[in-house]
Amino acid sequence: MSHDWPLWEVFVRTKGGLSHRHFGSVHAPDAELALRHARDTYTRRQEGVSIWVVPSAAIVASDPEQAGELFEPAADKIYRHPTFYDIPDEVKHI
Amino acid sequence: MYTTELSKTAKIQNLEDPKLLEAFEARVAADEFIEPKDWMPEAYRRTLTRQISQHAHSEIVGMLPEGNWITRAPSLRRKAILLAKVQDEAGHGLYLYCAAETLGTSREEMIEALHCGKAKYSTIFNYPTLTWADIGAIGWLVDGAAIMNQVPLQRTSYGPYARAMVRVCKEESFHQRQGYEIMITMANGTPEQKRMAQDALNRWWWPSLMMFGPPDADSPNTAQSMRWRIKRETNDELRQKFVDITVPQADFLGLKVPDQALEWNESKGGYDFGEIDWEEFYSVVRGEGPVAKERMEARRKAWEDGAWVRDAAAAHEEKRRARKAA
Amino acid sequence: MATASPVDAPPVDARHDYLLRLGDDSLILGQRLGEWCGHAPVLEVDLSLANLSLDLIGQATHLLEEAGAGDGDKLAFHRDVLDFRNCLLVEQPNGDFARTMARHLLFSTWQHMLFQRLARSSDRFLVEFASKAVKEVAYHRELSSEWVIRLGDGTEESAQRMTEGLDWNWRFVPELFEVDETLQALIDRRIAPDPREFEDEYRSAIAAVLAEAKLEGPADQRPILGGRRGHHSEHLGHVLAVMQFLPRTYPDATW
Repeated sequence: MSHDWPLWEVFVRTKGGLSHRHFGSVHAPDAELALRHARDTYTRRQEGVSIWVVPSAAIVASDPEQAGELFEPAADKIYRHPTFYDIPDEVKHI
Repeated sequence: MYTTELSKTAKIQNLEDPKLLEAFEARVAADEFIEPKDWMPEAYRRTLTRQISQHAHSEIVGMLPEGNWITRAPSLRRKAILLAKVQDEAGHGLYLYCAAETLGTSREEMIEALHCGKAKYSTIFNYPTLTWADIGAIGWLVDGAAIMNQVPLQRTSYGPYARAMVRVCKEESFHQRQGYEIMITMANGTPEQKRMAQDALNRWWWPSLMMFGPPDADSPNTAQSMRWRIKRETNDELRQKFVDITVPQADFLGLKVPDQALEWNESKGGYDFGEIDWEEFYSVVRGEGPVAKERMEARRKAWEDGAWVRDAAAAHEEKRRARKAA
Repeated sequence: MATASPVDAPPVDARHDYLLRLGDDSLILGQRLGEWCGHAPVLEVDLSLANLSLDLIGQATHLLEEAGAGDGDKLAFHRDVLDFRNCLLVEQPNGDFARTMARHLLFSTWQHMLFQRLARSSDRFLVEFASKAVKEVAYHRELSSEWVIRLGDGTEESAQRMTEGLDWNWRFVPELFEVDETLQALIDRRIAPDPREFEDEYRSAIAAVLAEAKLEGPADQRPILGGRRGHHSEHLGHVLAVMQFLPRTYPDATW
């Protein structure tokens, strides 16, 4: 049984207008210190303007075993992509 | 990072299905990234855990020789730079422990393995820092060697490790430069400073060459590690590269590399250099380095002295939750 | 209390002296926190402590460069104890993590309140300096408060250590609110804030943190004063011996 403080995933918004991106993790006993640790660890070089921390245990991930059934069916839905359609060059594109 | 549902992975791996193994090897050979929840052979998991945790331990133990000079840095600028650098090393240790944790070993387990002498760390940190020039030499040589080891690892097959290394390499780019800058200042300084600079080079040169590990002929795991893409160049290749880049830098400083056999070899386009004292290397690996005991004592003390702090913060959170629930 | 200079120096420029007080506070506390590097209870805390230290060394650099007409190193590395102007609190040994956090709470809460006011000084340099540094010390104050609360209301052992840490540092708090002739002259010229104006606010802020930490505030102790006049604890001499050894040993060298 580990005595480590719980693990938190750190998400940082690097500048206004961008979404938060996964940066890494920290250990912390609680949410407030997790934020402090994330700040002190991942924004030492002005990398961020906003931080999220999420308990790692709260993340629900898809199973790589099921990657086939989850993601491959999208592969042949080529009509979802704009390049599927032929529009004459003469007409203006929106 | 992504430590959810590790038990599930554990269940699958017992089978060690030849088909899964084959698919795994094919993915790695195609330079695909392996992620924490993907199936992986037990040996890959074990080797990686060992390699990443050793790397993390090296960062943490590596804070000590330089930390030894933070309080004595000779100017405010140097003090801030050194502190920021050693702090970066704490950060790098942290990224690496987190990467290793995704393989299912807790940080506490890794730290305990270090403290009981089971886990290794880079031999270089078992040498003492005697003068301020050592801070220059560590940045120049030790960080230089580390960068050569680390740059290829940004493309290593294990995703969390590769991502940690990208961050580490980006942050370390200033470390080597600040070290060389100290060396330039010392080598062009007073006679006492020059003496310290040359002496530091004398002491750190050979241990730096040892950082790349035993010669390829005596490195039995290299082939497997290369195939798994957790190592991307051999020890001797990297060592040669390091010598070829570093010798001209020493020349520029007007310092003499402490190797009688050092000579430019036109036909191979690189330097020939003398025999490394592998006896010394292996004895340092065994924990017989000059300050190995001091390093381990310092790490153990920090960990043990900090236990009540870690417990207190955890206890506080538990109380808070209980109060909230009530 | 006596406000005479320890050596019968001619009346010094009050602003210069004030820059030294602020600069030496930051320098010595930054130096102390630097001692933690590599030895903190966990890695995450090691990073936090180094950030605190880096902020303080940065502040010291600005202040001492201003005081030293561009040469902060000369002031940092070539003065002896009698010429250091930091308060006694910052030179106290780190002790355990509780004592370090007690010291930091007591100091950074004061520094934060001071810098908030210093940002409205009549002195342009100090306004610029304090406007930037106040954000750093606001963080210091929050972080140390959080730690004092966790340690105070953590385990029995941590509460005991926190109590001892506060008790060690408590006697140096009155010095933070001491006003001598030098400071009075600057207060009169609206260069420096009068610390007495925020002493009540300070006391209640500390009391609020201690209440949340479920700690009894230490009983008042006899104030120990003298740092601002160069009369320090025994500890400072050792701090300086370590910090200054290289530039002192090789006075002709540049680094």
